[in-house]
Amino acid sequence: MNNRIACIASNTFREAVRDRVLYNLIAFAVLLSGAAILVGQISIDIEKLVVINLGLTAVSLFGVVIAIFVGIGLVSKEIEKRTLYTVLSRPVRRWEFIIGKFFGLAGTLVVNAFCMAIGVFGALLYVAHKFQKPDGWVLVALYFIILQFLIICSLALLFSSFSSPLLSAVFAFSLFVIGTFSEDLRNFAAMAQGMTKWVATAVAYLVPNFSALNVISSVAHGQPVSSQLIIFNSLYALLYSMMALCGAILIFQRRNLK
Amino acid sequence: MHAIEIVGLVKVYSVGFWRKRPKCALHPLHLNVEEGEIFGFLGPNGAGKTTTLKMLMGLVFPTSGSARILGRDLNDPGMKAQIGFLPEQPYFYDYLTARELLEYYGRLSGVAGKDLSARVQSVLGRVGLPDVAGVQLRKFSKGMLQRVGIAQAILHEPKVVFLDEPMSGLDPMGRREVRDLMEQLKAEGKTVFFSTHILSDAEALCDRVAVIHLGELRAVGAVADLTSGVQGKVEIVWEGTVVPTSIKTIGATCHVTGDTVRAVVAEESQDLVIDALRRERLRIVSLVPVRTTLEQYFVEKLKRSEKTAGSLA
Ligand SMILES: Nc1ncnc2c1ncn2[C@@H]1O[C@H](COP(=O)(O)OP(=O)(O)O)[C@@H](O)[C@H]1O
Ligand SMILES: [Mg+2]
Repeated sequence: MNNRIACIASNTFREAVRDRVLYNLIAFAVLLSGAAILVGQISIDIEKLVVINLGLTAVSLFGVVIAIFVGIGLVSKEIEKRTLYTVLSRPVRRWEFIIGKFFGLAGTLVVNAFCMAIGVFGALLYVAHKFQKPDGWVLVALYFIILQFLIICSLALLFSSFSSPLLSAVFAFSLFVIGTFSEDLRNFAAMAQGMTKWVATAVAYLVPNFSALNVISSVAHGQPVSSQLIIFNSLYALLYSMMALCGAILIFQRRNLK
Repeated sequence: MHAIEIVGLVKVYSVGFWRKRPKCALHPLHLNVEEGEIFGFLGPNGAGKTTTLKMLMGLVFPTSGSARILGRDLNDPGMKAQIGFLPEQPYFYDYLTARELLEYYGRLSGVAGKDLSARVQSVLGRVGLPDVAGVQLRKFSKGMLQRVGIAQAILHEPKVVFLDEPMSGLDPMGRREVRDLMEQLKAEGKTVFFSTHILSDAEALCDRVAVIHLGELRAVGAVADLTSGVQGKVEIVWEGTVVPTSIKTIGATCHVTGDTVRAVVAEESQDLVIDALRRERLRIVSLVPVRTTLEQYFVEKLKRSEKTAGSLA
């Protein structure tokens, strides 16, 4: 990574930390330990199921919310406050700025998810007293969640490069919701007729496929994840975020700053 | 090679929310700035100074025309490492301390390692902020931010420094310091290009100035050349309530307030008035220039061109 991108990325991370973004970890810790203690008292069999399901869902949701709320302001806020003037008048190319911002936010989310993952495993240990082999799949589920963050970061950046924070938030959230149900949408498209079929198919393939990235409930049941899916998801997330970033760069390259 | 070479830059904004109308902020601008000079870019508010600077910095794109800095293209990173820019009313990441901000900018400009922290410390001293390096910028006053802005513009020892209204938001002391700083930069062989609507600053500092009004270039040249044939005015105050007839005859406007008389006269008749007052043994309280020659030039030139607006290229 070149020096300027690293610089912008680390400054973005520093901003998130100083804006107290990582404080969400406290809420997460309270939620998870409360849940662990509660289920620990009731049953013997479903406690792992509950901890994994709840823990991973929380990791994903907290991260998505941060990705969207921080991501939508990454470019537009800097234009609005004119902090970009003194950055872009230096030997920083516009694409370097976008990529730097992306890595900064992605880094923030990875650190955040890493702390949460420690919490999830801690809670698992607390309710089950020891780790078992299938618990390893939780790591794969976490990996998929991080892939999901990368996609959302890049989309938030894309929207941030041309629209206001409020609109960007609306766009990003809608895409997240539709993307979560993208499998249902595909099934619907397969059954529909005529125009509806075309539109539904187009939308289903355009929105990010978060269904495939969500293996939380199967992992909670101790089921393995196929290596095929791991490879497919990795490539998919990589391609999807690269395309969104390219879009963001293309738009931002041409933009007149206010 | 010119330090800055502007060839027919034009900027047309489109304004209006529903119906977009074109608004020409800058008519074709041709301008050359030589290496090593302090060049003043003068004009009233809304003249198009900031627009020009933003185009030179690659922040907005020209509608047509082109420009080169140090003989290189505007988006050449090698050139950008050699320029510094202070935006109008600068604003910075307020979660950073002054030192962190300058280190960040230094790295972006390719300054690294031990060199960087030494330079940050020295530049903070140079702009008069040696003691607040560790304070978050959200606690800075407007004048302090302006100083940080100047610091970030000169931190990496650029060859050409662009300053948009560098004196704004500063107290008289601060303005004095910024003037001195600009003179030091010139002494170091740097080119300084600054915009201002405060003429006394330009008059005191500039080798040459350009005058721009309503997006059109009106004049370029040394201050002395532009203002030759233009008169400044002085205000003379003396004790008493008497106005000698010889002063009345030169057409001075006189006001009697309490036991002093205040007269505003053209610079050239200043000696005449003084002689008259001494003849009458009236005590002179003060003699101050009220309008610098450049200001007078502005008033006359811009007024005239407003009347004939449109016919001028
Ligand atoms: N982003 C913009 N959109 C539309 N009009 C603008 C924009 N920026 C500046 N203008 C107009 O362009 C003209 C020149 O503005 P500016 O360059 O800021 O003047 P100055 O810096 O000399 O005071 C003004 O009339 C201003 O209203
Ligand atoms: Mg301006």
